[in-house]
Amino acid sequence: MSTKIYVSCDSGALSLGAEKTASTIAQQAEKRGLQIDLIRNGSRGMYWLEPMVEVATDKGRIAYGPVKPEDVAGLFDADFITGGQHPLSQGLTEAIPYFKNQQRLTFARVGITDPVSLDDYLQHDGYRGLNNTLAMTGAEVVKQVTDSGLRGRGGAAFPTGIKWNTVLNTPSEQKYVICNADEGDSGTFSDRMIMEGDPFVLIEGMTIAGIAVGATQGYIYLRVEYPHAHANLNSAIESAYQAGYLGDNILGSGKSFHLEVRLGAGAYVCGEETSLMESLEGKRGLVRFKPPLPAISGLFGKPTIVNNVISLASVPIILDKGGEFYRDFGMGRSRGTLPLQLAGNIKHPGLVELAFGPTLREILYDFGGGSATGRPIKAVQVGGPLGAYMPESQFDTPLDYEAFAQLWAVVGHGGIVVFDDTVDMAEMARYSMEFCAIESCGKCTPCRIGSTRGYEVLDEIIKGHDLNKNIPLLRDLCDTLLNGSLCALGGMTPYPVLSALNHFPEDFGVSDKANAA
Amino acid sequence: MTEPSAVQPSISDIIAALKDKPGALLPILHGIQDALGYIPPSSIPEIASSLNLSRAEVHGVISFYHYFRETPPGKNTIHLCLAESCQAMGAKRLEQHVKGKLGIDFHETTADGAFSLEPVYCLGNCACSPAMQVGHDIYGRVSPESFDDVINYLGESA
Repeated sequence: MSTKIYVSCDSGALSLGAEKTASTIAQQAEKRGLQIDLIRNGSRGMYWLEPMVEVATDKGRIAYGPVKPEDVAGLFDADFITGGQHPLSQGLTEAIPYFKNQQRLTFARVGITDPVSLDDYLQHDGYRGLNNTLAMTGAEVVKQVTDSGLRGRGGAAFPTGIKWNTVLNTPSEQKYVICNADEGDSGTFSDRMIMEGDPFVLIEGMTIAGIAVGATQGYIYLRVEYPHAHANLNSAIESAYQAGYLGDNILGSGKSFHLEVRLGAGAYVCGEETSLMESLEGKRGLVRFKPPLPAISGLFGKPTIVNNVISLASVPIILDKGGEFYRDFGMGRSRGTLPLQLAGNIKHPGLVELAFGPTLREILYDFGGGSATGRPIKAVQVGGPLGAYMPESQFDTPLDYEAFAQLWAVVGHGGIVVFDDTVDMAEMARYSMEFCAIESCGKCTPCRIGSTRGYEVLDEIIKGHDLNKNIPLLRDLCDTLLNGSLCALGGMTPYPVLSALNHFPEDFGVSDKANAA
Repeated sequence: MTEPSAVQPSISDIIAALKDKPGALLPILHGIQDALGYIPPSSIPEIASSLNLSRAEVHGVISFYHYFRETPPGKNTIHLCLAESCQAMGAKRLEQHVKGKLGIDFHETTADGAFSLEPVYCLGNCACSPAMQVGHDIYGRVSPESFDDVINYLGESA
């Protein structure tokens, strides 16, 4: 009987040499005459252990990591294919506290199944949500999503059910479902992990959305920086078409849904939904004025659902187990779970899916294990490049949209980037303005001009020139960006800039907070 | 290889295969760049006429997106991540090393045509920062030494 051995095909694992580790395992097995079944799964999300190798035993999967090619012969010598002891042994994968203490709903299958195997997907509760959907009316499906309390996981946290309901109730001969897979926020990679590690769950979520609101065409707008996600999505879409889960007359229901992946081209602003639609239409990604809302007049002027990858990938479990099941996780108005991404200077970087509620400190220290360098954590940026920098005094904030909003911070897409005490926050503020200048679509003046003026002023501040003039000037400029920009790029760049200034005035050459204000 | 006559058939095939898709311009531009490594300015009139657009509109789209380029890249294009997570793990120091090692700045190509260098703002490999991408291959926890290993390997096979 051949032993099942798992080595991740996630691009994070590949970036650390998983391909070479996998091929060395195959060579060693052949050399030793051992029968193995090498499966390329998604990542379990424990990146400090990647390339991680798992062996299926009758007690469960046993993990070894990080496994370099030169470690492989030793693993075979230690009889790892029956779970033998080795210095790299991590024990049962699902008993590792980092993994065990999570609540994985959206990521239930990631790292467990073969991402491009439809059979594997079906054996692990796949397409149960779609089966339920086919027996319901569109309004009933939308009600389940509304009842679940799911809010847009891309960052804006708008209730998904309300968006769907608007599209459902807007009559049109053609409607669209767009998945926003332009995951450009630095420090975030949960969309990538889902698309590489469980592409069928996204396809199922989009199919449910299409059938619920009467949209027959879907597009996944994927960033070009994700070639592995592109390959796995296309492979899964082809399998879904062949098995009747996509196309005309899905599973004999008479309902149709077609799906295609479209690539972006390296423009951060195309993650903004109206810019994204312009790009899909073949134009420069200039942000549109709202209203009209995309739900009423979106892609090619038709009613369009635009949802983030994680929002759509959370839909199948909601339709499988019911809106109430999902709503029972979380706190306040933040329902369900959020896949957090721990990145930057952190000992245990990776994917941590939890119900809303735990504090930043628990995530940084209980899961993250503190900084990678062992130095004190000075600041964390939560929610991508437009998220606020938070100092240690705010680490007891619970993960909750409203609690963060009260502190003038955002949960965003759940990315957490950690910096130790060597970071210069004035330099980070300057970078935020520079990034805005590079990525601005140019349509509105505050963002287009203000961002360039912003890093120029910050250059003066960093040199220590006329602080009592330049710091008020920076604040004034931020006020203009905040209130005068057309979209979140210009409108939220002041979050990292002003939070850095307010919490770390000493890095701007200002000795106390009163002077900085 | 930049002579229009040499590249024209392939570009025409790409346009013909994709022009009837809704919103066909980006798929066409990707198709051409995948095939040739860049979008020759000489192809713009043909793209424009096939989609009933002006040449200015096509040029406007190409120039809007960082990924599209109108000049041939080096044999290997290195995308070095400069976003926050990579900065938290030393991307600025790595950037200096990379530029010194290659002897070029961003958006430039080495004299021997082996390497082009482009900045990128997040490769989604933030759990393994700092990161870079060379072609379709992604590298994590890149140090000056591991960067040199990759470059020396690719340089030899070039």
